[in-house]
Amino acid sequence: MGTDADGAGALDASIARRLLVTMWRIRAFEERLEPLKRSSMVHGLTHLSIGQEGVAAGVCTQLADDETVYSNHRADGHALAKGVDMGRLLAELMGRSGGCCRGLGGSMHVVDVSHGFLGATGVVGGNLPFAVGSAFAGRLLGRGGVVVVFFGDGAAQAGIFAETLNLASLWEVPVVFVCENNGFAEFTPRSAHTRVERVSDLAAPFHVAAATLDGNDVAEVYRVFQGVLGEARAGRGPFLLECLTERLSGHYVGDPGGYRAALEDEAWRARDPIQRLVRQAAARGWFDEEASHAAEAAAREEVEAAVAFASASPFPDPALPAELTYAG
Amino acid sequence: MTETTYSATIAATLAEAMRADGRVVVFGEDVALGGPYLTTKGLAEEFGTERVVNTPISEAAICGVAIGAAQSGLRPVVEIMFIDFIDLAMDQLVNGAAKAHFMSGGQLAVPMVLRTQGGAGQRAAAQHSQSLESWLTHVPGLKVVMPSSAREVAALLPTALADPNPVVVVESKTLYFRRETLPDGGVVPEPLGRARVLRQGGDVTIVATSRMVHEALEAAAELEGAGIQAEVIDPRTLVPLDLPTIAASVARTGRLVVAHEAVRQGGFGAEIVAQVQEACFWDLDAPIARVGAPFTPVPLSPVLEDAYLPGAAEILDGVRSVLR
Ligand SMILES: Cc1ncc(C[n+]2csc(CCOP(=O)(O)OP(=O)(O)O)c2C)c(N)n1
Ligand SMILES: [Mg+2]
Repeated sequence: MGTDADGAGALDASIARRLLVTMWRIRAFEERLEPLKRSSMVHGLTHLSIGQEGVAAGVCTQLADDETVYSNHRADGHALAKGVDMGRLLAELMGRSGGCCRGLGGSMHVVDVSHGFLGATGVVGGNLPFAVGSAFAGRLLGRGGVVVVFFGDGAAQAGIFAETLNLASLWEVPVVFVCENNGFAEFTPRSAHTRVERVSDLAAPFHVAAATLDGNDVAEVYRVFQGVLGEARAGRGPFLLECLTERLSGHYVGDPGGYRAALEDEAWRARDPIQRLVRQAAARGWFDEEASHAAEAAAREEVEAAVAFASASPFPDPALPAELTYAG
Repeated sequence: MTETTYSATIAATLAEAMRADGRVVVFGEDVALGGPYLTTKGLAEEFGTERVVNTPISEAAICGVAIGAAQSGLRPVVEIMFIDFIDLAMDQLVNGAAKAHFMSGGQLAVPMVLRTQGGAGQRAAAQHSQSLESWLTHVPGLKVVMPSSAREVAALLPTALADPNPVVVVESKTLYFRRETLPDGGVVPEPLGRARVLRQGGDVTIVATSRMVHEALEAAAELEGAGIQAEVIDPRTLVPLDLPTIAASVARTGRLVVAHEAVRQGGFGAEIVAQVQEACFWDLDAPIARVGAPFTPVPLSPVLEDAYLPGAAEILDGVRSVLR
């Protein structure tokens, strides 16, 4: 996973820059979340995706606002990459009325319909079938439309995964199932949960086209997803992409840890999707390390503006829960 | 007057909704073939299998597909063939459908109807006979409708189909083929959350749901012979519940019997009793009686199932106890 033999051929300087900026925005946001969570400014279980940004960036930056994304509990990166406003996202995580869900959902239930982000879920695997239903609706209404659903390797052992894959295949819906295989479900390695090493191996019995790729190589994610997206936009599907990746921090902020060996700095630098993109870009003369520092600085500035916005947003009105329990 | 059945009225109401609105689609096991109770008979022939979709035996995914479809502009109707299998779809329904509007701060809506049926009396034993509606009434965000007749299907199913929320319609397998006449002009759709007073009387109020409505009417007819006037109320929707109509009746009669086929313990009758005593405790002349099934699974053996099933006789016992 550490090599730079890459899919950068699919990129150009401007796409590479966009990926860089997206990954830095996610990283800077989540690095700031950790202290905000520890000081009880951010509420709820906070699952960071530091180390996995390449998947969110490689996939979501290619999607239009009217293309739908469903996500899992580790959703901040997907949401930011799909265009959700950082200030409104943070306000949501802080339970404020300015949050994208008015403070009712929080980190595991982020939704932003205006950017086609139909939502995270706190139930592992729980929204996999929503993606199939959404694509079914798009087809029946003559609107078409690609649907992407992110899930972790842990969700592949849930019964709903098999049911959903079967239906998606049977109905040939343009859904792209994107698995972020970080090798762990909470504190337990994949090998203790299943003998099936690759999630993509589960696709073949259902006649679903699948590929396993290096999720820490954003260029490779971009390239492979680009091909699949073209097919899905033509109404074909489903597809399953398994992106092998690593989460650098705990399962959630404050997890007891100690269940896996710490990654050496050196090893991490080799695998860090941001550093790898910088090396690829430098080799092709697209941008250098300076440009990466500038993108990082801009991202950190945006995060501080988000913190200011969210902290200034009032807590929701006590009448809100009763108001929104039912629609209409 | 048109002669029809509960089952035929379901099929006819769905067909009408599908004709009027291209967004209405039906998902379920064998629905394109009419289903075991013929509730979707003729739909696939008229609307095609693109809109009347046979699904594999994947209750959770079917329900989840409907949720996703509803979030993206359709108005799905899902059929779970027996309420006994709704537990397989419960995560989808409870964590998915019921909370999406709320958790998204009002951005998402899940306008879907989940149709299912419960009830014992057909020697179907413990896994095909349950009355599990109280599970659903405990979940904010769901609406729960229990039509007791073809007339109520005609009045309430169109409203459920037009509702912007997930609505669970709990039908009764023992009512499907009961003959009934409906007015020629059809039945005008009515809002959810309004009880129906089926019979007026000043001595005792009987609140009954689904099949037990007919048992209550039978009991009321017998009571009339003994000079006792029973008022029979069908709440029709459990969520939202029309407490005012029930409480106004109890305020007049001072006596209440609540009857459902579900197991008494933790049944929805307990909720009605609690709400009534909060609303009009001082109007009560006697402790409220609750009629329901005993706290055991539904037995197969005919002798045992007959003994298990609550009916008019148990309602009469209840009335006697509150009139003492
Ligand atoms: C149905 C369900 N069971 C258990 C949990 C608790 N839980 C939250 S995240 C998680 C692990 C998920 O692993 P994976 O899908 O690989 O995603 P990752 O956290 O690695 O990104 C578990 C068990 C849950 N949220 N939902
Ligand atoms: Mg994992």
